[in-house]
Amino acid sequence: MKRSQFGLGFWLLLAPLLLWLVLLILLPHVDLLLISLRLRSGPGTYRFSLHHYAEFFTEPLYWRTFLRTAIMSLLATLLTLLIAFPLAYYIAKMMRGRAKQLLFLLCLIPFWVSELVRTYGWMILLRESGVVSGLLQWSGLTGAPLEMLYNDAAIMVGLVYTAMLFMVVPLITTLDSLDDSLIEAGYDLGGNGWNLLWEVVVPHAMPGIVSGCIVVFMLTLGNYLTPTLLGGKDSLWFTEQIYTQFITRFNWEQGSAFGILLLLLSSLMVWLGLRLSGQSFTQVMGR
Amino acid sequence: MKSKVTKLAGLLLGVAAVTSLQVQAETLRLLTWGGYAPQEVIELFQQETGIEVKVTKSNNEDMISKLRATGGAGFDLAQPSQDRISSAQAEFNIYRPIDLARIKSDLFIPSMLEATVKNTSIGDKVYGVPHVWGTSGLVVNRKAAPDVRDYTDLCDDALAGRVSYRLKRPTLIAFAFALGEDPFAAYGDRAQYARILEKVSARLTECKPNVKKYWSGSDDLLNLIRSGEVVAAMAWDAGGWKLNKEDPDTTFVAPKSGALGWIDTFALPRKSKAEDAAYQWINFVMRPDIAAKITAESSYFTASKGASALVEKEQTRRFEESFPQAAIDNIKWYPPVPAGLEEMEGKVLDRIKAHR
Repeated sequence: MKRSQFGLGFWLLLAPLLLWLVLLILLPHVDLLLISLRLRSGPGTYRFSLHHYAEFFTEPLYWRTFLRTAIMSLLATLLTLLIAFPLAYYIAKMMRGRAKQLLFLLCLIPFWVSELVRTYGWMILLRESGVVSGLLQWSGLTGAPLEMLYNDAAIMVGLVYTAMLFMVVPLITTLDSLDDSLIEAGYDLGGNGWNLLWEVVVPHAMPGIVSGCIVVFMLTLGNYLTPTLLGGKDSLWFTEQIYTQFITRFNWEQGSAFGILLLLLSSLMVWLGLRLSGQSFTQVMGR
Repeated sequence: MKSKVTKLAGLLLGVAAVTSLQVQAETLRLLTWGGYAPQEVIELFQQETGIEVKVTKSNNEDMISKLRATGGAGFDLAQPSQDRISSAQAEFNIYRPIDLARIKSDLFIPSMLEATVKNTSIGDKVYGVPHVWGTSGLVVNRKAAPDVRDYTDLCDDALAGRVSYRLKRPTLIAFAFALGEDPFAAYGDRAQYARILEKVSARLTECKPNVKKYWSGSDDLLNLIRSGEVVAAMAWDAGGWKLNKEDPDTTFVAPKSGALGWIDTFALPRKSKAEDAAYQWINFVMRPDIAAKITAESSYFTASKGASALVEKEQTRRFEESFPQAAIDNIKWYPPVPAGLEEMEGKVLDRIKAHR
């Protein structure tokens, strides 16, 4: 009986997935690793070397950008969670029927256009000759045009906005599955709102919180468009460094080393996040 | 999950099948800059030859990267600048030699053809013929920034937050000239070049607070100037003339230390699949009447002989206003970039970008 479970049909059905994983994910990464470990010794000739990793650690410019990207991404994840949690709670627990669906749909609608268009939207709003600046002048709050683009706050706004949906959806699903009677029971046992949040709601929503955070963190860390467009001359995002090495410097070796380092960082962060929250990967991703 | 993957794979296969069919019908895949292949010219070419032209807009670094990734496949004709061909060819072997016998050389301005052929040759093989030429200099709103005469004037305190330039190698070269150095003469001397770069880097770092934004594409820049957010910038001459059509106050100014002259070429990618079509396209767009259409559309001037006589008067007036004879003589033409310099420049550019 065991044999038939892994018959031809099984393998045929698995083939697309396997091909996908091996050809489009595994092999490119192996290649990336191999490229990152070689050093150009002459036109068209290479030798093994850890030079490009050493370059990362000895050139403050690179690891500072790396650190900055990691910290900004963490901050963006935290902000997204803080904004998305009350929102998700409201939609999942306070709303009923059509209103609930409508609100959920409203969260989705901005994501029907591409990230690029949404980012340009923010640029139109925030730029010196833009909508917000115009409104402030019209209302007399400022005398001169106000530049709100090209700084870290603008990057943060863009990142949080871009990632919002990926936090809201898992939160709503987990919160939806929380039985209202548990909350009532909590109040019956003499708890106040604060106790309930920390003792009942958050523990129940933990898998959703963690999976939302993981997705948002990885999306933010690997984002290229938003920091580059909204950050202007001071954007400095690590993916931008990778792009520069590959495209404008023709230095694939350095770019690959950066890519591997970024992969390690995001894997480490996910592992740490799971560890600290006491969740298992399968449990979180099953949500 | 699985069904999604299968669907996607099917979709990809479908797309691949469609694109391969398209390649079989006669098409010319052109890797070029914005404005070099206007729709009107593409349609005329198709009427005359039946060949369809598919345009991919790009820039120098992007062209080399794209061709390098495929070993010179994916495009049938590319348009890199003349100074960036020989080093890229020596390093990555992405082009194939051009057969000059198949080019109608009497369509070209002889001096420009000769210079390009010389700069893009390796041994006795020629890799480029000229198409469009222009300069980098200053685009200035003369009312808002009347005193901008040279690159370094962009760092004037009076213009704080009102200027823009690219953070790319032409900016390094331009500032080097404005600071009284000759970077082209130092191309062969790495130590001297490093010293010049150090000086330029210090100036550009100091100048950074003045910059509104490092512009990335010509549309980006034109919008910054149109909205009035930027009043002076280092940019291409054609951009300045385009703006001059809309607002007579803004135009291109040839800087005191010299505009930087570039020539963009035609080069054949090594695995070009439509070589014949490529030669046909070159000989077609170099015809004076077609070249004049390209100039009218994008404000760029071409290496086509006799096209300037057909260009509309306004265009010529703008050119002459920006370029008195002395300024033309002062244009600094890019010599071929030796290998290795761009790596040094890259580090300097990264440091300027990272400085706060």
